Amino acid sequence: MNLRHVGVVYRKELRDQLRDRRTLISMIVVPILLMPVLMFGLTALMVKLLQRAQREAATVMLLGAEHAPTVAERIRAAEGIKVVPPADDYARQIEAKTLRAAVEFPPGFERRLAGDEPPGALRVKIYHYEGEIRSLFAIRSLREILRDYRDQVVEQRLAARRLSRDLLDPFETQEKNVASPEKVGGERLGGLIPYMIIILCLTGAMYPAIDLTAGEKERGTIETILASPVSRGALAMGKFLTVFTASLATALLSLGSLAVTLMFMPAMGELRSAGSGTPLFQIALSAKGLAVVVGMVMPLAVMFSAALLAIALLAKSFKEAQSYISPLMIVVIMPAVVAILPGIELDAKLALVPILNVSLVSKQILTGNYQWNYIGLIFLSSCVYAALALGVAAAVFRRESVLFRS
Amino acid sequence: MIEAQNLTKIFRDKKRGEIRAVDKVSFRCQPGQIYGLLGANGAGKTTCLRLLATILQPTDGTARVAGFDINDQPEKVRASVGFLSTATALYGRLTARETVEYFGRLNGLNGGALKKRVDELFALFDVGEFSDRRCDKLSTGMKQKVSIARTLVHDPPVMIFDEPTVGLDVMTARTIVSFIRDCRARGKTVIFSTHVMSEAEKLCDTIGIIHDGKLLTEGTLAELRARHSMHDLEDIFVKLVEAGA
Repeated sequence: MNLRHVGVVYRKELRDQLRDRRTLISMIVVPILLMPVLMFGLTALMVKLLQRAQREAATVMLLGAEHAPTVAERIRAAEGIKVVPPADDYARQIEAKTLRAAVEFPPGFERRLAGDEPPGALRVKIYHYEGEIRSLFAIRSLREILRDYRDQVVEQRLAARRLSRDLLDPFETQEKNVASPEKVGGERLGGLIPYMIIILCLTGAMYPAIDLTAGEKERGTIETILASPVSRGALAMGKFLTVFTASLATALLSLGSLAVTLMFMPAMGELRSAGSGTPLFQIALSAKGLAVVVGMVMPLAVMFSAALLAIALLAKSFKEAQSYISPLMIVVIMPAVVAILPGIELDAKLALVPILNVSLVSKQILTGNYQWNYIGLIFLSSCVYAALALGVAAAVFRRESVLFRS
Repeated sequence: MIEAQNLTKIFRDKKRGEIRAVDKVSFRCQPGQIYGLLGANGAGKTTCLRLLATILQPTDGTARVAGFDINDQPEKVRASVGFLSTATALYGRLTARETVEYFGRLNGLNGGALKKRVDELFALFDVGEFSDRRCDKLSTGMKQKVSIARTLVHDPPVMIFDEPTVGLDVMTARTIVSFIRDCRARGKTVIFSTHVMSEAEKLCDTIGIIHDGKLLTEGTLAELRARHSMHDLEDIFVKLVEAGA
């Protein structure tokens, strides 16, 4: 292969791409803006939504309130709860989200409490909408009120028997977090960052890959270049290097943008996650961590660039290439999303699954956890996949039927 | 010099099966002469010229272009050929100068020599005033001039033109035709394809009539007239094609 030709093609294609608005947007603008928008914007939005859900008075229906006048009164007085008149279609209303929850008291509830009912005979039912956040807030408040009331009943019963309250608390439990805040933050959101970088790596390579292949066919320049002395191999290599540069530039810019964003993150102290009071984002980013992640993403960028070139070259036009590549997005997004799921841990098998492995190990690296044997294994396996993709791309470039599809 | 020997190209199509786009074609083009491949659409002209320019590889047979074998030394062949067709577009986001320089570099030119050559060509074809404009901002005529400069940047001994005037207005087509004549005057070997009889009559020293991938006949216009006892090239063409079909 004539390396001088590779260089000439690379410089020309790079210059050509840097004049293409689509490439500039996907390669430079998106990665720079995405991280801050994602981290500041999404966090702010999330916090706002949570706060609003908490502030909003939850509509609650009391069924059989006459059997529990004390509790009913407490619920009515509770902050953030609005009691609505009872109706038979409470279940439908909850489903329609016009009602957050309903509480049903058994007949003679408070009267029977004072008596000697066997344990378990009295059951207060709370109807709610599973998984609905505002319904969840409502039943949380209801549970609290009912628990306080139960404690009060217990205390009265103990007092009547002249027993101490302490009898119920022979020991205490205390939970203490020993993981550093960085790791806690990393577990929570660390997966999202490598995921974004991997996706950007792909999207950054996408437009140049299509433009340099199907685009060239569409504009009729493919015959011009094939009639020049450059060999197909050198041409493919020059184009590959251009796409790879775009992919890597996208990844590096997004990482850089992430680092800058995180430097400003402490200023967002007021954005605490609802309830727990711990910061939503707190991710340790060391220069070492970033460097290792870049190293891991490198073979992935090679693989994406080569695969995209090979696929896009099959198409006759920009549009056709886009329709071939869209499904690839899903193939890439799937493993990257899996890595975000809680509880997925890296093991020897997963270390061989392309994309997922890099996503998982990057998550670990960003939480300050370096398992060098896995890092090595994943880097090597990614390199093998990258080499395979590159081989396929080179083979596709040599096929006349592909280059001159009509 | 171009010498084609039994040049054959077979395409395999899922629906239509085997297509012999070029079928055992042999001919010879001399330096300082224009050889015209005359044929209807789909006759195999473009495939034949693409084989000579090593854009496609022959299924069988071979050709020597400027002394190099198209199978064994395709890169040397391409370095000796200037290839121009209406399908050879320019890179829209590069300027005229960048485009010609790019192809100059791919042909081994560099630095001062490259700049000198490009300036020379731009002066010759009046590209100077728009040399720093992007190709997608140029008119068709301007684009053709840049394309010509592109094919000539390495001063190739062999010129291949694939239906170079298709879709061009009269003025632009004339520029191309006079350019083809100029190539002959400078002693280059010129082969060009067309389906326009008058163009073949006007330009060619030798005419080869191609149909269904086969070269049906060849000779000078006078030879063809004498051989077929007809004066009009179109009549000769129709007679041959109908006999071949």
